[in-house]
Amino acid sequence: MLDMFLQTFDTGNGFWNPIVWIVAFVVIFLIVVIIRGFGNKNYKKGTGQTKAFLSGNQEYEKTQMHVKASNLYWGWTESMKWVIDGLKKMHTGNVSDYVLWFVVVMGILLLCVGLI
Amino acid sequence: MNFLDQLLSHAPALLVAIPLLGAFLTPLIGRVNDKLRNIFVIGILGFTGILVILLAQQIFASGPITYVFGSLDPYVGKETVIRILFEIDALSIFMAMIAIVLSFSAALYSWAYMEKNTGLDKYYSLLLLLTVGMLGMVLTGDMFNFFVFLEITSIASCALIAFYINKVKSVEAGFKYIVVSTIGALFVLMAIALLYGQYDALNIAKLADSITFSFVDKIALVLLIAALAMKGGIVPMHMWLPDAYSRAPASVSLILIGTTQAGLYGVFRVLFTLYGNVITLPTISMGWALVILGLLTMLVGVIMALIQIDFKRLIAYGAIAELGYMFLGVGTCLTILANPDITLAQAPFAFEALKGGLFHVFNDALDVGLLFMVAGAVYYATKETSLNRLGGLARNMKYTTIFFIIGLLAISGIPPMNGFASKLLIYESTYQLNPILSIIAILSSIMLLAIFIKVFHAAFLGPKLPQFDTVKEVPRSMLLAMGFIAAFIIIFGLFPDLIVNTIVDPAANALIDNAGYMRWLIGG
Repeated sequence: MLDMFLQTFDTGNGFWNPIVWIVAFVVIFLIVVIIRGFGNKNYKKGTGQTKAFLSGNQEYEKTQMHVKASNLYWGWTESMKWVIDGLKKMHTGNVSDYVLWFVVVMGILLLCVGLI
Repeated sequence: MNFLDQLLSHAPALLVAIPLLGAFLTPLIGRVNDKLRNIFVIGILGFTGILVILLAQQIFASGPITYVFGSLDPYVGKETVIRILFEIDALSIFMAMIAIVLSFSAALYSWAYMEKNTGLDKYYSLLLLLTVGMLGMVLTGDMFNFFVFLEITSIASCALIAFYINKVKSVEAGFKYIVVSTIGALFVLMAIALLYGQYDALNIAKLADSITFSFVDKIALVLLIAALAMKGGIVPMHMWLPDAYSRAPASVSLILIGTTQAGLYGVFRVLFTLYGNVITLPTISMGWALVILGLLTMLVGVIMALIQIDFKRLIAYGAIAELGYMFLGVGTCLTILANPDITLAQAPFAFEALKGGLFHVFNDALDVGLLFMVAGAVYYATKETSLNRLGGLARNMKYTTIFFIIGLLAISGIPPMNGFASKLLIYESTYQLNPILSIIAILSSIMLLAIFIKVFHAAFLGPKLPQFDTVKEVPRSMLLAMGFIAAFIIIFGLFPDLIVNTIVDPAANALIDNAGYMRWLIGG
């Protein structure tokens, strides 16, 4: 019975065993914890050591420092603007356009089966 | 014959009849007591779930089942009699399992989530009707019957999407959904009429045996695939999906995943079973069409998801991207099947791709379902869906945060979650068809991870915001529903071999064995 659960998953060209992966993960985690134990123990909570250093600038209130969702991946979205703008244009929100795309796909599929 | 045998012998009919009867009884019970109504609906879905499991056991052990409504003999003299068949093979029951898991979780989740709304008698009735539609679509072996269940699904879904009738955008989303669904259903009906006109049959096996891939057959094929793919939310016909998923109550979004997957089931059934006999004809390049649509679906889904700031809309685009993986896996298999120069034995990766695609259907339902429930929980607690205004919720909603992390890892295909196992099958097999396919699939998964890390950071991490100071964890029934789905995700992730061998492999075999399907029905 236990064998049935612990079988290695054969993917046809490779294999995958999550249990072995978890065991490996736990072992690596333990090694990391042990190495961390050799670290410097001079850390003092609540002193200057724990303050954020923002190139000498004043630290904002914590609630103001949370990066909002629309600011994340800003660089990526700027560089991909041409694609994103094109896709936004395609998503008009107009139901007539939704049907138009359906007609377009039907046309392409007619080509695929050799009718056009 | 004991009671259990009796029950099992009529299980195919009961799977539809019980929720249908429940749907009409729900308003009556609701008049007595609200809690009793909720228990009744959960009980009905629980019992239907047990029937699905019992039937699945029987099908996996001893093969497909045919259930006849009407005359047992298909002919009286030379005349064909009107009768309807439910033809339940491993693929049908596999899809029924997905539908019932989603419906049951949605009902459980709705207990607290929908508690403060009015009109709940209608809500629960529609929820059960939607379940009837989904189960009917995947169980039936009759094309017209399939259309009827498709319509039941569409009408119930539309009413549920527009459930918040005081919100303009919900009503608009419902309207868009019904327009798109009705047009799709109309084309399905037209295709069925074309086939019926030619072959005087509506039974899928009978039609599959007769189809010669004539001019009219080709038109019917295109109409069916385009309409069902639109119902399944495949790019570029996906635009109704983010509107509908994001404006419906979270519990409805969860069950809507099942309806889109029932549409995809239709695509797979049409290509592999209905047109299975003519699949090797050189004029068909449907396999590549599916692969390209799958790639487009993945890429458009992830790019659009990345720029969303509405929690549910973002998940909806993520769900679209996930649909692409299924099309990619199944399309890869179809490409090889359609090639007369290669047999399946020469290209075993094609079958692995099909298994990956089908396994991903179940995994997607679980992963996206869990994420929608988390989004609903966040809305329930904060009355906010904008990721720009959320933050620090992990401090007050610990369990919801854990469920989100599970969903995040699963949808991004991070080991050891379930999404990894099915995506691994897809990556490896599509690589052998063309490495670029695999690269795009992996890239999309990386982007999905980036997208949901953005959500995690924006909504759950960061300092506790003053406006959410009093936010509390959601009620137990919602946590229980999320836990139910999360448990499936973990089990599927930890024991992929068991799941694939038990339910996915038979489903893939059933789909691919077109001759077997016809032999079993026409010969039997």
